[in-house]
Amino acid sequence: MTRTLSELAVGQDIGSRSITVTRTDLVKYAGASGDFNPIHWNEAFATGVGLPGVIAHGMFTMGSAVQLVTDWAGDPAAVVDFQTRFTKPVPVSDTTGTAEAGAVIEISGAIGALDAGAGTARVDLTVVSGGQKVLMKAQAVVRLA
Amino acid sequence: MTINPDLQGRSYPAKEVYDVGREKIREFARAVKATHPAHFEVDAARALGHSDLVAPPTFAIIVAQRADAQLIEDPDAGIDFSRVVHADQRFIHHRPIIAGDRLVAELHVDGVRAMGGGAMITTRSEIFALAAGATDGTAREAVTTATSSILVRGEGQ
Repeated sequence: MTRTLSELAVGQDIGSRSITVTRTDLVKYAGASGDFNPIHWNEAFATGVGLPGVIAHGMFTMGSAVQLVTDWAGDPAAVVDFQTRFTKPVPVSDTTGTAEAGAVIEISGAIGALDAGAGTARVDLTVVSGGQKVLMKAQAVVRLA
Repeated sequence: MTINPDLQGRSYPAKEVYDVGREKIREFARAVKATHPAHFEVDAARALGHSDLVAPPTFAIIVAQRADAQLIEDPDAGIDFSRVVHADQRFIHHRPIIAGDRLVAELHVDGVRAMGGGAMITTRSEIFALAAGATDGTAREAVTTATSSILVRGEGQ
């Protein structure tokens, strides 16, 4: 699917997605990324440094949130700029051995700005878990035809 | 332990080469729950005009965090990793990362700001792809600029 700038308007919704997270997902992300900070897999360590429990890597949340944009754009290479601030941790409960999610991250996106000269659209993402915004200023700039 | 204020403006040159493999792109894509076929199937990537599998937009964090480790592990920096919190992250892609790329990263410390008893440190990794057959960093192409701020919490923060 190819998107064109001319069919877009600021404020337009690009859709939403819900991502379930388990402790196993955090172990997979640790291995894939090389970030083995124990706050992402060891409960005793996490609570020992003052966290409510094991939390997701901020980069897991950022990396999974952008999938809404890549799928909408139709080409992952179209994302030329992606940034966020990490404002709240995403605690992930231990649901090992059950079919339950340890956390759910809700992502929605809307067109925040259009730049006809650069041929880009800025998608602003809203990323919520446990009723709180966990990312702020989560913005992906997408190059379109 | 206090953060060395002289860190600002310091640079760490490119060290090891990171070889981007297809299976690593697939593994990372699965780990961030990506499903776009251009991460998994070479034919799908080629149909979009890419020479091989395309890495997800945050894949460069692997290379950027290896570069950051040079700073965090520098005894002169005074950073206690167990007190580090990731505050913000940005990737500017000059071109996508593609399987087969051989990447190097130069790390620059752009900012050090005292916050309470701790500090906010902003780093920038300039990630380049080496030209095919290159044995040093002289023939290279800009791929990604990865900027990151970390908060090093002071005692009692």
